Amino acid sequence: MSFQRRRRLISGLNVAVALVIVGVMLLPLYWAVVTSLKTLHQSFATPTALFPPTPTLAAYSQVVHTQGGSLLTSFIIALGATVVSLLISVPAAYALANFRFRVTWLVTLSLLVAQTIPGIVLGTSFFKIFAGLHLLNSYLGLIIADSTYCVPFSILVVRAFMIGLPRELLEAARVDGATLLGTLLRIVIPLSRPAILTAALFSFLFAWGDFLFALTLSTSNTVEPMTLSIYSYMGQYTSQWPELMAAAVFAAIPSAILLILVQQGIRGGMATAGLKG
Amino acid sequence: MPEAPEIAATYTGEVASSKRERGDRAHGPRRLFRGRVLFLLPAVIYLLALFAYPIVYDILLSVRQSSVITFVHNTGGFVGLTNYRMAVTNPLLPGVVWNTAIFMVGSIVMQFSIGFLIALFFTRRFPLSGFLRSLILVPWLLPGVVTGIILRMMFDPNIGMVNQVLSNLGLIHSPIEWFANTHLALLVIVLANIWIGIPFNMLLLHGGLQDIPNELYEAARVDGAGRLRTFRSITLPVMRPVIAVVLVLGFIYTLKAFDIVMIMTGGGPMNGTQLLSTWAYTLSFYNLDFGQGAAVGTIMMVISLVCAFAYVRTYRGELRS
Repeated sequence: MSFQRRRRLISGLNVAVALVIVGVMLLPLYWAVVTSLKTLHQSFATPTALFPPTPTLAAYSQVVHTQGGSLLTSFIIALGATVVSLLISVPAAYALANFRFRVTWLVTLSLLVAQTIPGIVLGTSFFKIFAGLHLLNSYLGLIIADSTYCVPFSILVVRAFMIGLPRELLEAARVDGATLLGTLLRIVIPLSRPAILTAALFSFLFAWGDFLFALTLSTSNTVEPMTLSIYSYMGQYTSQWPELMAAAVFAAIPSAILLILVQQGIRGGMATAGLKG
Repeated sequence: MPEAPEIAATYTGEVASSKRERGDRAHGPRRLFRGRVLFLLPAVIYLLALFAYPIVYDILLSVRQSSVITFVHNTGGFVGLTNYRMAVTNPLLPGVVWNTAIFMVGSIVMQFSIGFLIALFFTRRFPLSGFLRSLILVPWLLPGVVTGIILRMMFDPNIGMVNQVLSNLGLIHSPIEWFANTHLALLVIVLANIWIGIPFNMLLLHGGLQDIPNELYEAARVDGAGRLRTFRSITLPVMRPVIAVVLVLGFIYTLKAFDIVMIMTGGGPMNGTQLLSTWAYTLSFYNLDFGQGAAVGTIMMVISLVCAFAYVRTYRGELRS
């Protein structure tokens, strides 16, 4: 066998092994999609069909019908939490990256520690505190609670990026008479777009996927995000698998979008920021 | 803000020494300081209001009397460590601690080992490797509820794929009731958590492996070291800080795990998959014993904080090098 052919063979083998690994890791997701395309009757058939015999979107239209409101609720809350998170974290990251206060280390340390606090601790306290503020069963309450997933992470990611920006640019802006705010708005934010986008996307995803706060901060189903609605739906109709899987696929859409958008930049700064609770 | 005087002190001390700050003097130090603090202030207030205050609130809850009456009127008196004593002597505690330990050790060991193997594999160069590697991240990006419900279906005794595969292989003759047996249910949530954890471990470890300079490997080859030897003498020592970070983060996240357990088993059957996190929830929100729930939460927080300091230390060590 020639050297060239051997190399091609090894490379082919590597791809094959990689495909097997990816296949195993994505198998549950494949299974969810297949089940969502079946009819209720087909989903109970044994042996289970590996492909939907007569693919139908009935389960999806059913989900849009019964849980469309929850999808919208989740969207509003996730968007709100993302906006709150960016409004707080971008200026903070700018300050932590460029100005040296004595408390800088303390703030940074607090951000790292904040990410380790178990959600159930915050959830329990929020429940008591929000009850007094009439924030239970409200969009605002969930936006505030969900933003706790995002703010520490966003500050750390954006700050890590801003530290790498060339000092000369900021100096030049100052010489030109730009204010601190002007420098942030006109120079730092445009240059930090990749990091801010990453922070925004992850913030959206964290808030979208939140289950713990939705569970603890709701006493009625007036404001019911997707995660909570899947949970209660599952409790009532344990074996409506096609519909449950269609709901799961809907709930997974932001993850898919995020994967596509940040596929390249996903590694940068992640290790040091500490990710996801 | 207690921070304000400290910031001011820093400012006056630093402005003289730092060359960068010198140009600012023309604007007047006080105005400048105020301007700068304004950028950080929202975040500081945020951290105090939404992290520090709830943490203090939780600790206060844990040392106050709580019952259904105090739940409504919020008037529990100070009872010292009674809630902690009740939690520690609760007949459920040994089981919950055992479940949490099994869940954590099983998850961390397996997700780390498998993640490491996959990371090592993906250091090879072949077509599409970047794309395929990013696909592996999917389970980690999915909301916990989605993961939980999909895996719940896969382990369903009647229509689940797992039972079907096992019976096709001739390993079982009647369907296994995964969620009716405490040991099996615990096994299932550990498997689910491993599935979620592999991508995260793989991502960080792969990043670390990419940063090892090729010269090191070449030097090892010149010295005639085999693959295993190279791994032991070069890869592992160089990767130590990354491995430490991965393990500590794994510990913190696994202790926090809540969503998939609630979705898949709700802590059952017979508390067989009750973890500290789900137990704290159950105590507070089902039994309405917020005192005991908060006590368990505080214990978790202390465990997490001890680990967090280890994390911060490794993190800082990594930054310096």
